Amino acid sequence: MSVTAFLTDSTLCIGCKACEVACKEWNGVSEDGLDWSGYSYDNTGAVGASTWRHVKFVEETPVPGLGGNVGEQASWVFSSDVCKHCEVAGCLESCPTGSLVRTEFGGVYVQPDVCNGCGYCVTSCPFGVIDRNQSDGRAFKCTFCYDRQKVGLPPACAKACPTESIKFGEINHLREVAAERVEELHRRGMTDAAIYDPVNTSVGGIHAFFIIRGDERTYNLPPAPEVPTVYLKKAWTSSAIAAGLLLGGTLLAFLMDGDAR
Amino acid sequence: MSDAVPAPQYEPERERRLDEIRHEAERLGKLQVVSRRPAGAPFPQASPENGYYQIPLLKQPPWKWEIPLYFFVGGAAAASGIIGAIADYTGADRELVRHARWVAAAGSVISPVLLISDLGRPERFLAMLRVFKPQSPMSVGVWTLLGFSGGAAAAAFAGFLQDRYGASLPVRVLENAGNAASLAFGLPFSNYTGVLIGVSAIPVWNHNAGELPIHFGASGLGASVGILELMGHRKSRALQALGLGAAIFETLEGIRLETRSDEALEPLKHGTSGWITRTGGVLSGPIPLLLRTASIFAGRKRSATLRRWASWSAVAGSLITRIAWMHAGNVSAKDWRLPLQSRPQPQPEEAIQSSMEPLQNR
Repeated sequence: MSVTAFLTDSTLCIGCKACEVACKEWNGVSEDGLDWSGYSYDNTGAVGASTWRHVKFVEETPVPGLGGNVGEQASWVFSSDVCKHCEVAGCLESCPTGSLVRTEFGGVYVQPDVCNGCGYCVTSCPFGVIDRNQSDGRAFKCTFCYDRQKVGLPPACAKACPTESIKFGEINHLREVAAERVEELHRRGMTDAAIYDPVNTSVGGIHAFFIIRGDERTYNLPPAPEVPTVYLKKAWTSSAIAAGLLLGGTLLAFLMDGDAR
Repeated sequence: MSDAVPAPQYEPERERRLDEIRHEAERLGKLQVVSRRPAGAPFPQASPENGYYQIPLLKQPPWKWEIPLYFFVGGAAAASGIIGAIADYTGADRELVRHARWVAAAGSVISPVLLISDLGRPERFLAMLRVFKPQSPMSVGVWTLLGFSGGAAAAAFAGFLQDRYGASLPVRVLENAGNAASLAFGLPFSNYTGVLIGVSAIPVWNHNAGELPIHFGASGLGASVGILELMGHRKSRALQALGLGAAIFETLEGIRLETRSDEALEPLKHGTSGWITRTGGVLSGPIPLLLRTASIFAGRKRSATLRRWASWSAVAGSLITRIAWMHAGNVSAKDWRLPLQSRPQPQPEEAIQSSMEPLQNR
């Protein structure tokens, strides 16, 4: 099986949220509540247990219209966020039940029949993607449409996207497509276009990379995500020292205590 | 007509405000005054400094009150198991051995109950035992807890049999096995909870990954000594020494946290979580340290009183410390700034280029 990936091109996204709807319909994901957030037209805020695709609305400062007499208008950059399906995935490493697995397509998948809702993956995701569904108790996130991929179909969001902002395909091919697209954008004067794929961090790259314009932080994409396993050595060393001190100290305390005999 | 809009009253303050608006409009030809804002305004803009509308990047740990309580109970039980085993090996007071074993056994029964009740699907607790994953501190912890529970229960049961029916070979074997398991599993069990939260994406936790296990180990020891002294062992010099040791470690940890300047430690110093942390720290460190030091020089009766107060303080301090770290983790996860701040070594443009390098090589 070939390793597959998403390329989400925010320069093509029109903010229609078809990917969100398609994802919810195909996967039977519950609604997120109907509250106004006040953050542009984004009333969901972030990906979570009941939001596996999420369109971000980055509202730009209004600029005067080109003709001079056109009123000031707001403009947006849209970007459809999703689980990054990390090369080294914090959630997958931390899962104590083995519910989280790597599929044959390279995606990270929660087996819902195994997850017991311990919630440790939630604290281990450097992108804040996976979350526990409070009414169901288990952890949920994008499945990379594992069921659809199994029978050779593209994920629901990619299929529903009307502008091909969400591209789906073989990972190396998509990386080439992304590089070509960024080059083209640069040629067309959008010199701030860039690929977001943190390959030089402990996450080791992602299987859902993005083309964005400007600073990645504007899109809540961390410049240096770290998979929590990088802290294992430090923490277990400290644990060993603590255990040694506790053992030595207790032995010493009782051996020196003549009265207790 | 009770629901009619009341007639406006003459209010000098509001009339003055209308005049003010009129004067400003006359003077400037427009108004710069800030008028009523919609609820929640001003809304932050998405920007490199604000992130995405200041919406937190990380998810909050989904754990409820059971988990900090488990950290406390498990820590105290583990230290008691170790004290029980070593006190038995060194031939200390039999009563102390028995009490330590019972505290360990009780804790190792309460711990899994707390853990299971916090699961989203408690009936699936056994799914934890499908695998052993060394890279997952929770998996290691679950197996350690299981081993310790067995050891603590065996040691307590063997002690009970021996007290009741006298020593015999099978009882001795059971007791030694229980002691050995209490030690072998109790040592990692006493501090693995520090590893558990240290190895996470939450900044305030992972910035302390190297210190949390020692901190939590000392906290558990302080609580265990406190509980045993409150059960009447206020003359044991060994417990006094261990209590002093734990209080010294906790005092040093408090000094370290207060003096280290690191933005990730903010939740431990400011706001509600900061006050909970400080309360827990003072009760675990300086107060028992002072009371125990005083008790060394005090007379027999006064010494026991001072040690009792030191014990109460250490037990409360340990519990509050665990709550404080959990609370600080929640506060830290809500801070959108930290996960976005950590810039990698290469500057943004280079980072983008280097992320494209693998493609060119292919």
